[in-house]
Amino acid sequence: MISIIIDATIRAGTSILYATLGEIIIERSGIINLGIEGLMLIGALSGFYTTYTTGSLFLGVISAVLIAGIAGLIHGILCTYFKGNQIVSGLALTMFGIGITAVLGKKMVGQTIEGFKRIEIPFLSKIPVIGNSIFNQDILVYLSIVLVFVITFVLYKTVWGLNLRTVGENPYAADVAGINVTAYKLWATFIGSGLAGLGGAYLSLAYTPLWIENMSAGRGWIAVALVIFASWSCKRALFGAYFFGGISAIQLRLQAMGTTISAHILQMLPYIFTIVVLIIATIKLEKGYSSQPESLGLVYDREDRK
Amino acid sequence: MKFKVLKKPPVQGYKSFLTTLFSVIIALLISGAFLMLVDVNPISAYKDMLIESLGSFYGLTETLVKTTPLILCGLGVAVAFRMQLWNIGAEGQLYMGAFGASLVALHLNVESHFVMITLMFLSSIFFGGLWALIPGALKAIYNVNETIVTLLMNYIAILWVDFLVYGAWKDPKGFNFPLSAEFSSAARLSEYFDTRLHTGFFIALVCALIVYLLIEKTIWGYEIKVIGSNSKAAAYAGINIKKNIMLVMFISGALSAIAGFSELAGVQHRLQHAISPGYGYTAIIIAWLAKRSALGVVLVSFLMGVLFVGGDSMQIYYQLPVAMVSVFQGLILFSLIVAEFFKEHKIIMVKQQ
Repeated sequence: MISIIIDATIRAGTSILYATLGEIIIERSGIINLGIEGLMLIGALSGFYTTYTTGSLFLGVISAVLIAGIAGLIHGILCTYFKGNQIVSGLALTMFGIGITAVLGKKMVGQTIEGFKRIEIPFLSKIPVIGNSIFNQDILVYLSIVLVFVITFVLYKTVWGLNLRTVGENPYAADVAGINVTAYKLWATFIGSGLAGLGGAYLSLAYTPLWIENMSAGRGWIAVALVIFASWSCKRALFGAYFFGGISAIQLRLQAMGTTISAHILQMLPYIFTIVVLIIATIKLEKGYSSQPESLGLVYDREDRK
Repeated sequence: MKFKVLKKPPVQGYKSFLTTLFSVIIALLISGAFLMLVDVNPISAYKDMLIESLGSFYGLTETLVKTTPLILCGLGVAVAFRMQLWNIGAEGQLYMGAFGASLVALHLNVESHFVMITLMFLSSIFFGGLWALIPGALKAIYNVNETIVTLLMNYIAILWVDFLVYGAWKDPKGFNFPLSAEFSSAARLSEYFDTRLHTGFFIALVCALIVYLLIEKTIWGYEIKVIGSNSKAAAYAGINIKKNIMLVMFISGALSAIAGFSELAGVQHRLQHAISPGYGYTAIIIAWLAKRSALGVVLVSFLMGVLFVGGDSMQIYYQLPVAMVSVFQGLILFSLIVAEFFKEHKIIMVKQQ
């Protein structure tokens, strides 16, 4: 029983984890991307379509990352070169993503593919209770956990990461120091959007190997909220995503056990808990040192430099 | 050759309008390319959209029917924008308004049309306003990001209505469909000219007028504008920011809730699954395009109404999902951002030495 819930927690949390990591990278460059929900759908459909036509899961993942990354670049370009409002542009991206995947994905509804298989890690998967649920997952789950540490390392231990954080904190200072602000913002948006696309592809290639219209069902928005909960730290994002995953897992488990509580009420739980978590995180943030990138959401214009 | 971006004085008047128009045309061209991807001829599709929405008297009234909830939600979002509050929860507030109206319509046995409608109206304002007051209070007291909370609450409100229409409120005579019993005739708004145009449209226009007067002609309207442009200055001037955040969010939610009331009492006559095809999300575009002005909201809502009626015709004639409307909206927003840029900047070519 515990083993089943841990397993379901990890599986439900993984797509959110990818999306949250993606949004952390983007916000570290000073750009808010509210298009995550749309990008996840774009990733989910491109991944599914590619795997369906080529039969290769690997190509599916690659195309999900690339196509979502390119779609995200629209947002990046509008927020840098065209000095657009980031909230409006992000919402536009979500609307576009929801719409275009519904239109182009119509033919894929009801089709099936062979999804990612579980890979058992020798010895570790034999640990009682937790072994089989943690060390017997598909490759995308392992990759997401590896990425948490890789991204943390890149952000805090490399020059690229330092420069990226500088751009997010104070683009004017970064510019003076010779950092190409626009290039960093665009790269961050491309990589982060690609990760959101990968989160979507996890849904359509591993979690439920199907294409369903609007299948991300608000996970993109939960990811945006979790970034604040995680105070822009990847490791805390891991807890946040699994916390959300745990709530969905328990909710699904209760439904499967035939509880008398309505399924609709149970489905509200992840959203309610996300709001509660957001409130707690904000109160903490307001009291102490705020780790929010200083220039988050602001347009960078070289001519405004003082 | 190198390109250089220069600032210029913002264009105004007809030039500004032409830039906007041009960008919308570009958006329609790109959408056309996507239509061709799914084997739809964009020219005939656009023609059908226009004929359906504006080509006949009945079509025009249908467009006004769709314009009604858009005006109300658009006003709601615009009022909050005025204070730099991003209330993107109009969809959920519309659903809670619809819940409030149905609560009265289904459970109170009132004969008088006027009393019934008034009670439904007040109940919808109460529930929709409170629904928006929650993120408003969280913002005012704890500075919780209202964008994310309002958005997440949309999902909760929609599930709440689903919970009722799939469960306790399901019509026993409804063949197991997710819908409530039909409203009595006392709970329905009057219709005009043998069309579906109903009193809700006029309620929306009156609301637009009231919002215009409140925002532009009262001291309170000026105060919330000051809070929006410089909250520190507002605080020094003795304006109560917290109180105003909550008040504005309540009004904002109430306006979207009236849209829910008007949809149910005027068009659908029952509570059911998926009462709105995304009016609340479209409202965000409307408020942004209208530059927070009430008159602008009415005009832009009409254009978006054309898009929704056109979207319906695409569904009927070309079997395209209603979501095609979101594709148009997303692309229009993208190109409008570019248009805004070109209103204030110009690009010149510089010869390299």
